[in-house]
Amino acid sequence: MKKRSRRTITVSIAIISLGLLFYFFVQTFSDNLLFFRSPSQINQTEFPQGYIFRVGGMVKNESIERSRDSTLVNFVITDYSEEIKVNYKGILPDLFREGQGVVVRGFLNEDGTFTAEEVLAKHDETYMPPEVADSLQEKNTSYDQTTKSLRFD
Amino acid sequence: MSSYLGYFLIMLGLINASLLVISKPVFSRITSNYDSIIQSTSKLQFPLLLASFVCLILSFLYDDFSLKYVSSNSNSSLPFYYKISATWAGHEGSMLLWCLILSFWMYLASKYSKSLDGRFRNSFLSILGLLNIGFLIFLAFTSNPFERNISIPIDGKDLNPLLQDFGLIIHPPMLYMGYVGLSVVFSFAVACLIHRDFSPELARWIRPWALASWSFLTLGIALGSWWAYYELGWGGWWFWDPVENASFMPWLITTALIHSLITCEQKSMFKNWTIILAILAFSLSVLGTFLVRSGILISVHSFANDPARGIYILLFLAAILGVALYIYFKNSSFMNDNLKFKLLSRESFFLINNILLVTATFTILLGTIYPLILDLLGLEKISIGTPYYNAVFLPIMTPAIILAGYVPLMLYLKNKRNFELLKHIYLSVGIILLFTLPSIYFLDEYNMLVLLGIFIFVWVICNLIYYIYKMYKESKNMTLLKNKLGMIFSHIGLAVFVLGATVVESNNLEQELVMSPGQVVKLKNYQFKLNQLSEYEGPNYTSVKADFVIYRNDEIIAEVFPEKRLYNSSEMPMTEAGIAPKINGDLYITLGNLISENKWSVRIYFKPMVRLIWLGAILMFIGGIISILTRKQLILSTK
Repeated sequence: MKKRSRRTITVSIAIISLGLLFYFFVQTFSDNLLFFRSPSQINQTEFPQGYIFRVGGMVKNESIERSRDSTLVNFVITDYSEEIKVNYKGILPDLFREGQGVVVRGFLNEDGTFTAEEVLAKHDETYMPPEVADSLQEKNTSYDQTTKSLRFD
Repeated sequence: MSSYLGYFLIMLGLINASLLVISKPVFSRITSNYDSIIQSTSKLQFPLLLASFVCLILSFLYDDFSLKYVSSNSNSSLPFYYKISATWAGHEGSMLLWCLILSFWMYLASKYSKSLDGRFRNSFLSILGLLNIGFLIFLAFTSNPFERNISIPIDGKDLNPLLQDFGLIIHPPMLYMGYVGLSVVFSFAVACLIHRDFSPELARWIRPWALASWSFLTLGIALGSWWAYYELGWGGWWFWDPVENASFMPWLITTALIHSLITCEQKSMFKNWTIILAILAFSLSVLGTFLVRSGILISVHSFANDPARGIYILLFLAAILGVALYIYFKNSSFMNDNLKFKLLSRESFFLINNILLVTATFTILLGTIYPLILDLLGLEKISIGTPYYNAVFLPIMTPAIILAGYVPLMLYLKNKRNFELLKHIYLSVGIILLFTLPSIYFLDEYNMLVLLGIFIFVWVICNLIYYIYKMYKESKNMTLLKNKLGMIFSHIGLAVFVLGATVVESNNLEQELVMSPGQVVKLKNYQFKLNQLSEYEGPNYTSVKADFVIYRNDEIIAEVFPEKRLYNSSEMPMTEAGIAPKINGDLYITLGNLISENKWSVRIYFKPMVRLIWLGAILMFIGGIISILTRKQLILSTK
């Protein structure tokens, strides 16, 4: 009897602590999910203010505006049906160019522009992130309209 | 010319491997001497594929742009050493390298397995042959490096500039040595299951192979991390990128495996578990190949998106895992593990070590493949951020590393006198307080992570030093110490790594700004002066080179030259970081973009103790190699 109740206690402590661990684990996991949206999908989803997610598409031609004395840069991401204005302060990856696929992580501002905290580097000039390729394909538009690259500006 | 020969040799390899696999079921009826067929074919595979590989290297050196693989990964202006390394820079060539290394391991396995029972050895080599066939079919029919171009281009597209680097020359071969070495362990485990035999002798035989794979994995991962650090220009050393995870998961499982094999060998325990780990380790390495090769990931490693490749590897993975597990469930009853053991024993601590490592592996696996599964099901496109891995990985690995410092000593003392153990615990707590607390005073900034790192470092090092001292003092003869030397090195390496990783993660300084020549900027007690910018022509690129002079308290301590290159044939820009290594850390400068006339955006980092990360990994590698060498001597001397 005594032995049995002790075992019950041990087992229930084990179950509770495992449950807590699992809860902690799931919580951490879901806290760190980053959703991906294309410019057209942004209008369809309601994210809370300041919610961090990722946006991908092509950098629109002739949309890059650089500040002349800081690392501020504005550009437009398009999926050829809708577009979104992005601002970013920082150094851009080497392969960031107009007409090239890009994925940015950040949040939506009240005025509908997007503030990027990170611009993802691509390692290959002809390579398009699958996420971007998919979301462009969904739009049924060709994305062959790449332009000759900007060189050193 | 060499290209035809190369493909022909791959085909010969395929035939040779098939001969190896069928020799037991087919030739055993005709001749009793089928053993020699198995032995010679398993050795012949390596020279065949080596010759094929040399053919591919020659095609690169002679700029044979009639080959698709050469024309898309090389260029006539590429320096010759990068032409050689371009051989394994793309998908097809690196799969050939993979097959070459697989055949090399099979050669070694065939050569050094004379001590095994004949029938067992035949099955073992036949399974390795099967794996060879699986990868050769993949190579020959979905990723042929000798495929021809329909029209021959005048010049090649050039090697991705990111890969024109010394790190790339050695990173893939080392990593593959580790990945593919696990195939030996896997084949061995399956052979054990088929022959219903997993004696301590067999565990002893396979352990050096597991250790070798582990050592090469360690080195390969460290080289990859080092490459990312100086070549990507972001100053990071680990990104929890799916491709990194793909190499890290087999490493964790192999770490668990080399520990559990000790228990198998010495106590004949945890046999089931060890066999499962061996199967899992190789399966994860194939899963890694799938993730990297199928093109479903965004990374420097994903070269082409051919769905046939992904599907083939996935089916291959399902086949080997399925068959291995089927044989396991059918035959595993011969391994009756005794599960009764004392709390303070080697097996109980190795069990904890294994549970922690496997848990860590599964948390990484979940973070890596969950987004892919959601995407394939068309539900949602997500990615898992770095904070997840940090938050989950840290609490799991901390106890494992603390044990790594303590358990060797504890097991040693336990055999002597019990009261020593208690005395020792007081002593170590005292030592740690003595070392850790004052270090707070020397750090200008600190937080819990750094304290934890210093604590672990001091703990592991002090315990191991005491361990060496005790053994030396009490046994005098050095054999015991010599046997433990590899373990001591690896565990010290782990502690060194932890110290580097925690310090650089929490005390890293970073500044991003716009600079023009003559300007000085301060970071910590360093001043960085941008002297001038100049342009120059490299062999296959043009470059803007900045000249930075670094002062510390008005004294020049270093000069670095970060560059922004533009590669001619691909028109790809590339950042080359300027790094000044100092005793307390790296000063790291990269050029961003040209903002306006003579003004560049610049990123400056101070990376304290960052080099300890790779120093630690090198120590682990050395430890693994020492273990293999001292073991061999031990076996020879007892014979």
